[in-house]
Amino acid sequence: MLTKRIIPCLDIKDGRTVKGINFENIRDAGDPIELGALYAEQGADELVFLDITATNERRKTLSELVTRIARHVNIPFTVGGGISSVEDVNVLLQSGADKISVNTSAFKDPGLVDKLAREFGSQCIVLAIDTRFEEGDWYVYLNGGRVKTPVKAFDWAKEAVDRGAGEILLTSMNNDGTKQGFALDITAQLSQHLNVPVIASGGAGTMAHFVDVFEIAQADAALAASIFHYKEIEIPALKTFLYEKGVNVRF
Amino acid sequence: MKTVIIKYNAGNIRSVQFALERLGVDGTVTDNHEEIMSADKVIFPGVGEASTAMQYLKERKLDKVIAGLQQPVLGICLGMQLLCKHSEENDTECIGIFDTAVKRFQSPVENLLKIPQIGWNNITGLHSVMFEHVPENAYMYFVHSYYAALGADTVAITNYVINYSAALQKDNFYAVQFHPEKSAEAGARIIENFLNL
Repeated sequence: MLTKRIIPCLDIKDGRTVKGINFENIRDAGDPIELGALYAEQGADELVFLDITATNERRKTLSELVTRIARHVNIPFTVGGGISSVEDVNVLLQSGADKISVNTSAFKDPGLVDKLAREFGSQCIVLAIDTRFEEGDWYVYLNGGRVKTPVKAFDWAKEAVDRGAGEILLTSMNNDGTKQGFALDITAQLSQHLNVPVIASGGAGTMAHFVDVFEIAQADAALAASIFHYKEIEIPALKTFLYEKGVNVRF
Repeated sequence: MKTVIIKYNAGNIRSVQFALERLGVDGTVTDNHEEIMSADKVIFPGVGEASTAMQYLKERKLDKVIAGLQQPVLGICLGMQLLCKHSEENDTECIGIFDTAVKRFQSPVENLLKIPQIGWNNITGLHSVMFEHVPENAYMYFVHSYYAALGADTVAITNYVINYSAALQKDNFYAVQFHPEKSAEAGARIIENFLNL
């Protein structure tokens, strides 16, 4: 039986992990490879690396980093952040990424999703959506949540899937950072009405929140960052908890 | 020992090469007939679409080379499907080592089954040297929309609404639908078992 997936997310800047990550059992917590390999060893099902570098050196640094990750990490990983062309994706996949995620660039040029799916296959194209609930609905935000659009998250997700996106990574800005739980309603809406996997992101604070997002919202995967980085929740304990609650997980 | 990875127009070859590297083995990526035929082990990986991949192989006569190999061959994902007889994906005649049909997943109710299957699923009914020290119900990483039906060559089974072949084996041909190169320690063990044949 296909399992629900637990996905730690690592933010990368200039080839290093950002945020105050504190692990005493690895030599260099700023090294994405060491941290990624540790999560893999602990039972993470996949990893997401989100590049927030803004310099001109970005592309080269990122492709070198992706090669190092692919060399050392034995589970699948997605790379996202500022990807805006077929050539960007080609370089990252050739470097060893299993999937790439696109966000703002795809919204601004939806044809990019078609092109990427045709060129590389839907299975490696993840559409990331940042969304906020206001005035009675969930709207798409761009540029890392700074720019509002009048488009509803569900409508954009559906269009992107029709164009060939193979997975949706949905981040609720209302929930992100609150530790009050995932946005269950919009996650459920996407999961029930789209025939691609939905990765829920934003709001994880307790292990029970993961049960809710899998059982109530029917998410296929759940992504979190700081609770894993600060060891508020450790993956082996989380998986045991999920198993005891009847959620199908991998050990 | 010389291990080659067949180079063709399908992705994921780098990941296989890195997985070999983690086991201390150099994998040579090549489409050279001589080099493939003289290797001790041949890996036929792949992520992609069946008809364009078959066309590419035929144009380079790699389909005949592969069919004639006597040493252990490991097909992975699309590589496994191309070793079957026929694929529903754009009605493609494949290499035909395994007398098995490759079909598309069908959702019994709309949206019940997400296609492609993406993620970790368990493998059961293991009976092949590939799975030595791999426990029943081990989890492997799958990404696919098409599957090989159960048949005489099935040596591992996975369920995604229906039971299908997670692995096939016949003579010197071994094949897995999942990605051992991305399936953590259990996957690495399968690759190692293959290399030790």
